[in-house]
Amino acid sequence: MKTIWIIAKRELEIFFDSLIAYIILGLFLGFSGFFTWLYGNDIFLVGQANLRVFFSIASWSLFFFIPAITMKMLAEERKTGTLELLLTKSVSDRQLILGKFLGSVLLVCIALLATLPYVITVSSIGNLDNGGTICGYFGLLLMSITYTAIGIFASSITTNQIVAFMTALFIGLFFHIIFGVLAQNFTGSIGQIFETLNLQSHFESISRGVIDSKDLVYFLSITVLGLYLGESSLSKRHSS
Amino acid sequence: MDIQIEKLTKTYGPQTAVNDISFDVKTGEVLGFLGPNGAGKSTTMKMITGYIGFEKGDIQIGGKSVTDPTYDLKRHIGYLPENNPLYHDMPVIDYLEFCASLQGIEKQNINKRIREMVGVCGLNSEKHKKIGELSKGYRQRVGLAQAMIHDPEILVLDEPTTGLDPNQIIEIRKLIRDLGKEKTVILSTHILPEVEATCDRILIINRGKIVANGTSETLRKQSQGNEKLKLRIEDGKADKILKSLRTLDTVQSVACIEQNQNVFEVQSLVEQTSKRNVFNLCVQNKWVLTELTPLETKLEDIFRNLTVK
Repeated sequence: MKTIWIIAKRELEIFFDSLIAYIILGLFLGFSGFFTWLYGNDIFLVGQANLRVFFSIASWSLFFFIPAITMKMLAEERKTGTLELLLTKSVSDRQLILGKFLGSVLLVCIALLATLPYVITVSSIGNLDNGGTICGYFGLLLMSITYTAIGIFASSITTNQIVAFMTALFIGLFFHIIFGVLAQNFTGSIGQIFETLNLQSHFESISRGVIDSKDLVYFLSITVLGLYLGESSLSKRHSS
Repeated sequence: MDIQIEKLTKTYGPQTAVNDISFDVKTGEVLGFLGPNGAGKSTTMKMITGYIGFEKGDIQIGGKSVTDPTYDLKRHIGYLPENNPLYHDMPVIDYLEFCASLQGIEKQNINKRIREMVGVCGLNSEKHKKIGELSKGYRQRVGLAQAMIHDPEILVLDEPTTGLDPNQIIEIRKLIRDLGKEKTVILSTHILPEVEATCDRILIINRGKIVANGTSETLRKQSQGNEKLKLRIEDGKADKILKSLRTLDTVQSVACIEQNQNVFEVQSLVEQTSKRNVFNLCVQNKWVLTELTPLETKLEDIFRNLTVK
């Protein structure tokens, strides 16, 4: 556990030491803020003191933001050869994957914390639904860990960060949209399967305030699967 | 800690990188790993450090197999990989601290170890810079420092002196020799004098097979064969000297290297020496012998003989 934390801590330190970090964070907050407060179907149009609009927009900005964080996690280590350096220290493949995962999740959490002023602002306008807000953030968090695990896996299979970014987006796209679209086009049990795979429906049911064990199992199982596949792709070097 | 390698084999697809090699390294020994590019040096080193697996054979370190998952072997090994990969965006001190904590050094000892390593590797003036800002030689020192930070019993160094200036090379060689007194050191290099200067034993590997294993003296003896002498004889005619040299009964062959300088190369018969005969011959004919040098087989020649086929 200590090893995992050492690796995660280094990621955080390096991230905030680089200009890219502030650009990515700025883009995330700018994108979310613009569509929440200024443009289109914004928060004032609803006429209620809740953050529903923000949660659905944040689900999109996180969709792009997370692969941008995770893309370098393993691809860069592999490219520069530091992967060899790390894994010949007292670090197992699993500890490395979990360390990188923890580091990325903490970065996303920091980005989400930076949106807390939205909560404060809305609660000063009207009577904010506290339960709904907490559930909304909880949903975003679950979605984030899922996409982070996918991103870590995508980063583990290549030495090219752009490839890692695109792969993570491509896999994410299925969960974010394509399964949902397919669910609408099929009826019966096939449609049911696609509906189960659709991340949006699980996310919406949580952000509506219904925390069902079915949804938790969904998010956690994709996360575990992503991390497991990432670990196996690291371990591939042992066989020829 | 001793290292025993038994019948180790590793293939990359259709290519056999390491083919059925066995050797061992004892505590207090510095083993030099020589071989042309692509001979399997780095692959063997990676297998010893546990970075990659292998198909057949076994590596035992301190009597336990590296494949044993319950054995936290990596804490006992310090490794400097080929090309010395480092985090260029980290300051030297932070990087060493990161390595030390990953290797499980207790918090109160970390700063002490870092100070020691900074001193040993001569990093004091550069310790607050980012690694990316350092020159190649200083990066190499950081690489050595991270390999030794946890005071490992085994050091595996893949080309440790590349990029260092001559003074630093001498310092690092001395350091390796000192370390080698109580630790087990394996180092690979292309620089042949380096092996002679630092290693107790030499292992030459070619196309995944061991082609020579021994001290530099034994290797020399094995490949030397007949005595060879270089002579310079003055006050005589080249063709006459050549003829008389050929008549000596210990001489196998004579070659004239420089006609106008009267320089010859004499090869003796097996286990015979011609030094006295040559001297007496010159005395008889009143020639002046101004040079008589026994030609030693250089490590370069041994290396070339064994690896170019």
